[in-house]
Amino acid sequence: MIANYGYKDGSGEYYISIDTDKCIDCAAERACLTACPKQMFEIIEDDYDDQVAWIKKPNCRTLAYDCADCKPSSGYTSLPCITACTPGAIKHSW
Amino acid sequence: MITAGIDMGSRSVKVVLLEELDVNGAPQLKYGVKKAYIMMPGDMDQDVAAEKAYDEALAEAGLKREDVSAVFATGAGRKQVAFAKEGVTEMTAGAKGAVFMYPAARTVVDVGAEEGRGMKTDAEGKAIDFAGNEKCAAGAGSFAEAMSRALQMSLKEFGEASLQSDKSIPMNAQCTVFAESEVVSLIHSSTPKNDIAKAVLDAVASRVCAMVRRVGIEGEVVLIGGMVHNAGFVSSLKNAMGVDTISLPDMPEYISALGCAMIAAERQH
Amino acid sequence: MNTETTAPTAPEKKEFWRWQENVWFDETKDWKTAKIVTCGIDVGSVSSQAVLVVDGELYGFNSMRTGNNSPDSATNALAGIMDKCGMKQEDIHFVVGTGYGRVNVPFADKAITEIACHARGANYMGGNGVRTILDMGGQDCKAIHCDEKGKVTNFLMNDKCAAGTGRGMEVISDLMQIPIAELGPRSFDIDSDVEAVSSVCVVFAKSEALGLLKAGYTKNKVIAAYCQAMAERVVSLLERIGVEEGFFITGGIAKNPGVVKRIEKLLGIKAMETKVDSQIAGALGAALFGYTLASKKAAAAAAA
Repeated sequence: MIANYGYKDGSGEYYISIDTDKCIDCAAERACLTACPKQMFEIIEDDYDDQVAWIKKPNCRTLAYDCADCKPSSGYTSLPCITACTPGAIKHSW
Repeated sequence: MITAGIDMGSRSVKVVLLEELDVNGAPQLKYGVKKAYIMMPGDMDQDVAAEKAYDEALAEAGLKREDVSAVFATGAGRKQVAFAKEGVTEMTAGAKGAVFMYPAARTVVDVGAEEGRGMKTDAEGKAIDFAGNEKCAAGAGSFAEAMSRALQMSLKEFGEASLQSDKSIPMNAQCTVFAESEVVSLIHSSTPKNDIAKAVLDAVASRVCAMVRRVGIEGEVVLIGGMVHNAGFVSSLKNAMGVDTISLPDMPEYISALGCAMIAAERQH
Repeated sequence: MNTETTAPTAPEKKEFWRWQENVWFDETKDWKTAKIVTCGIDVGSVSSQAVLVVDGELYGFNSMRTGNNSPDSATNALAGIMDKCGMKQEDIHFVVGTGYGRVNVPFADKAITEIACHARGANYMGGNGVRTILDMGGQDCKAIHCDEKGKVTNFLMNDKCAAGTGRGMEVISDLMQIPIAELGPRSFDIDSDVEAVSSVCVVFAKSEALGLLKAGYTKNKVIAAYCQAMAERVVSLLERIGVEEGFFITGGIAKNPGVVKRIEKLLGIKAMETKVDSQIAGALGAALFGYTLASKKAAAAAAA
């Protein structure tokens, strides 16, 4: 399952997508949990009883701001969460 | 030489007439008569309002249109100002005006009715980098305005009320429309109005701050735009940005118009 | 001489945004002969639904406005349908709560997200050909992909911004002073096509709508411009996950043809038809999940 967490508002589209198939048997020992400076990732049991990462609920509505430190307006090269997730389950839409 | 800067905002139009004097061969700037024409939503067409505000400013200064060497326009509705020679972005104009008022300013925060943005500027007042949002009401003055209406307060009273509170209640809703219901339920649950006001202004400040952080906070910080008049917002913004002082110009709404007139003067040389 | 005077009455404050509430149950079935009775409760931000499922088939539902208190809304929604068909709470074997207030359903045996429930409900309502589900609720909008079993394969949700939600529609119905159910039909009663309102943000779109009225647009034309904006907005969300044939719309907005027909036109796909009230999809899915769980429980008990 591809789970997209985030939102779209007048200013743009901000989604972090997690490919749960790559996430279930994490080969990176859940490195996302500590990689994110805002600690937005959390492991939950989803509706199909799988242990997967998701983005904490309050952050889903403030992603553009929460990720701002990792994404300076002058440009960014690599994001800590994506780098940490070696199975490649995490993607940003913006 | 006299130039004019017209800032066509979403709610109001601001005009600044600027005179460049030759003092011992060195050009000196003197900004003169300002005249704002406040528009109510749907009250008047932007082009009509711009003409009217410009003519009133000229009349007050005792000038005629032909005395003005160049008229430049800025703001979201700058293209509506038919008589302007050129248009400049709000970032360019805001940074220019802010550095003129505060030469040490390197971080300029502009929060008006419908937009909020952060800019990084150099010593010449040239905007190097900016991050802003003008498409969502939540990061601008209108968010606070909508909530003050729900509390039946003026925006000014709202700001003062927030200063009376030392609580930090987080707001869940990020959207102005949803936040209105949240404020109503806070009222129903007998949360003191002061605390609600602070929660709202903290929320706007944190969104504005996040934008400013994208460009980085350095040097003197100047806040321009109508929200300067809201003491509660200024206090919340200081907290959010983690700075001791934010410079507040006397006539914050006019800074972009001033910067715009300065650029008009520069381009005549 | 008539000495009677009528006391001046306060003008009734009309709530243009309100949808009608409704209760229904299948009189051809008898729940008393059923093996398993399950219930799904969807406590949404705007409306709450209770759905009863007997032996895996839809039996009845009640849809009502959510009150200030989520647990009460859940209780009231269920009481509304149980009273109709003479059921008591102890007659129900399994209750699943869903919706944003799902954790506030005091008598639920399990809580499941509305994403999974909508997919399951749509799979029942539209059949196993349903692949793309659009749910426009009161305060959110969801786009879901599911497989032939109704299992979610891709989803996104937007509950941060009011644009593209039922709430955005309520704002325009209030602004125009037109009952919400009339917005759709009115949006087609125009003499020429209109462009969408350009602002995404509901606050800004509101000022824009007022500006259009001032510029001489009829109310119907403004409503059309707003419905078009709503459709474009939702389609852009859908495009993020992609749209496959087997397109199904749930939630209150499915009742607004002004938005639905415009979405269909933009996508070039017709939404699948259903005889069941589109607003109950979440609660129905929850009740069906409940049926699966209760069956497993019964099988385990029988095996023991």
